[in-house]
Amino acid sequence: MSDSKAIFLKDATVNAADGDQRAFIRKALGGYYVNRDLQKARYRDWERARDAASLAKWSAVNDLANVLEKFTANFERNGGVVHWARDAAEARAIILKIAKDADAKAIVKSKCMTSEEIHLNEALEKAGYGVVESDLGEFIQQLRGEAPYHFVFPCMHVKREAISELFTKHLGTAPTDSPEELTMIARRHLRQLYVDADIGITGANFLVAETGQISITENEGNARLTAALPRIHIALSGIEKVVSHLDDLSVLLPMLATAGAGQPMTCYNTLYSGPRKKGECDGPEEFHLVLLDNARTRLLADPEQRDALHCIRCGACLNVCPIFKNIGGLAYGTTYQGPIGSVITPHLRGLKQWNHLSGASSLCGACTDACPVRIDLHHHLLHNRRNAAKESPTLFDRVFHHGFNFVIKRPWLFATGGRIFRATLPLLQKLPLPYMGAWMKTRDLPKAPASSFRDQWKNDHA
Amino acid sequence: MPDARSDIFARIREALKVKAPKPHLKGEPAAGKTSAVAKPWLPEGGETADASLSILAEQLAKLKAVLIRVPDHAAAAKAVADLSSSKGWKKVAYHGHPLTRPIAAALTCETWEADASFDKQKLEGCDAGLTTCEAIVAQLGAILVSSASSGGRALSILPHVHVVVAEASQVVPDLGSSLALVQARHGKDMPSMLSFITGPSRTGDIERILVLGAHGPKELYLVLVG
Repeated sequence: MSDSKAIFLKDATVNAADGDQRAFIRKALGGYYVNRDLQKARYRDWERARDAASLAKWSAVNDLANVLEKFTANFERNGGVVHWARDAAEARAIILKIAKDADAKAIVKSKCMTSEEIHLNEALEKAGYGVVESDLGEFIQQLRGEAPYHFVFPCMHVKREAISELFTKHLGTAPTDSPEELTMIARRHLRQLYVDADIGITGANFLVAETGQISITENEGNARLTAALPRIHIALSGIEKVVSHLDDLSVLLPMLATAGAGQPMTCYNTLYSGPRKKGECDGPEEFHLVLLDNARTRLLADPEQRDALHCIRCGACLNVCPIFKNIGGLAYGTTYQGPIGSVITPHLRGLKQWNHLSGASSLCGACTDACPVRIDLHHHLLHNRRNAAKESPTLFDRVFHHGFNFVIKRPWLFATGGRIFRATLPLLQKLPLPYMGAWMKTRDLPKAPASSFRDQWKNDHA
Repeated sequence: MPDARSDIFARIREALKVKAPKPHLKGEPAAGKTSAVAKPWLPEGGETADASLSILAEQLAKLKAVLIRVPDHAAAAKAVADLSSSKGWKKVAYHGHPLTRPIAAALTCETWEADASFDKQKLEGCDAGLTTCEAIVAQLGAILVSSASSGGRALSILPHVHVVVAEASQVVPDLGSSLALVQARHGKDMPSMLSFITGPSRTGDIERILVLGAHGPKELYLVLVG
């Protein structure tokens, strides 16, 4: 068993038994379901709109080389600098060099899951920079020293009392149980940090090839401040975030918000085409974009699962997933949680270590139904299971399949086995069977028929 | 060793040698611009100017943004002056523009044309920012500002209140039309920042409970003239 699997099984077991926490998560998501359905109802045909969103991403991903070339040419024409990173280490080195060259001290970040993926904060802190997460949820998680619980709602599992205690401990503020007052504490604390920071780091939700702009989706305004006040703006993005036309956003931006958060649009959707232009009064002097592969091309090379690169990180599949709701986001041990994380993590980090996530699914298909860009999520979990069995079959797989193969080719053995099985079935109910204990505790075995199907057929058609 | 860029492009080209099937769609794929194809499926933006305005009013109300409709520019100046005195604003920064200057001139508090001299510390101390916009999207209640229309990047996000003044004719039905409009207006010379603002800044990060004014403005006013 891989280490990651052992940890996963342990954490999932503990969390699934925590009824209070599960109820808390269900309650937190309750408002989302209502709002999402209200917003979806405004669409004249949500399903066809999903078609359009899916095709916009499909056409860009399946022409990735050309679309990326066009994007970077336009981005550079606008005055930005593009950096390429094959893996996490290269991306970290690029960002550290920009910070060093700029003689930077303070760095403010807006929410960026790709930076979690490359463990950027640790690297920057180790190099002596002060790094502050400005998204409220990420700020709370940074103070807690914990990874995000959900890649859109990072601290949805934390109760207000715990947040109040955290702020009292780190910021010296008076305790409060009001989410409003807690938000204002963070607002007051972070305002001066934007003003003082030398570098602002953001992610990117879309890269627009036609215009060379990057698009950032957010609600709080922290990304806008991060890209407005510091003198250097660094954006970090996976290479798959590119779309061909600015017009594609007319579908993608509202659907991202509706599917992920139950909003018509998120509060701020901002397009940046470069550093401060001549005649503009503010904005950064330098604008760097780090484009990251980090095994995305490995996923691209699998045509069956290539559509997982369509993902716009809305989080809808997490919000509807019965597994996510029961085991929680931290148990996954991945940057991307929930169904999409279970699909892509084995590609990004290795199938052997991470295939167990393919089993963390009821295959109910709720994720596939929820996905605004029509990623075939639950089938991809099956594809990963199949690929894992092919790549490195377990002892059970091997023994079982050889055994099955041996028996099925010998009708006499199959018939004899069936006879023995029918005769002993009532006994099995009473025996403590290995591996079957949990299943049998709440279930009865079916009654065995008197004769086999083959005998019944023979008698009926004699 | 080849550089990272050529390596990544080589990996992409190699990977794309095998074609992926088209996604499973509900309907037949249609050729054309995404917004044109998807228009009959997306939320309505109104077929006439009046219809768009009524959708806009409804969306803004849901977003907790305040719409102030006035018949002319004098009424706009009065409306903002009333707002300023009722809220007790002491310092208002504004984007210099024929739409905003008369409004700023009618304010009794301290005013400051932010794009003439930018000082982030001073801007942080302002009660309100007054700007124009590029367009207003009825379909989603979104106000499209840019570094050109709104005094740079910070004026529409850093002060605690954002007041946008616009002509009613700037309302467009949907997101697609607003994107086409800025492309036609700016061509390849886009402002370095374009931002769709959909209500006052908000967060639901604590227990998924909505709180307004996370980092950006707590209040958003749209003064629509005509």
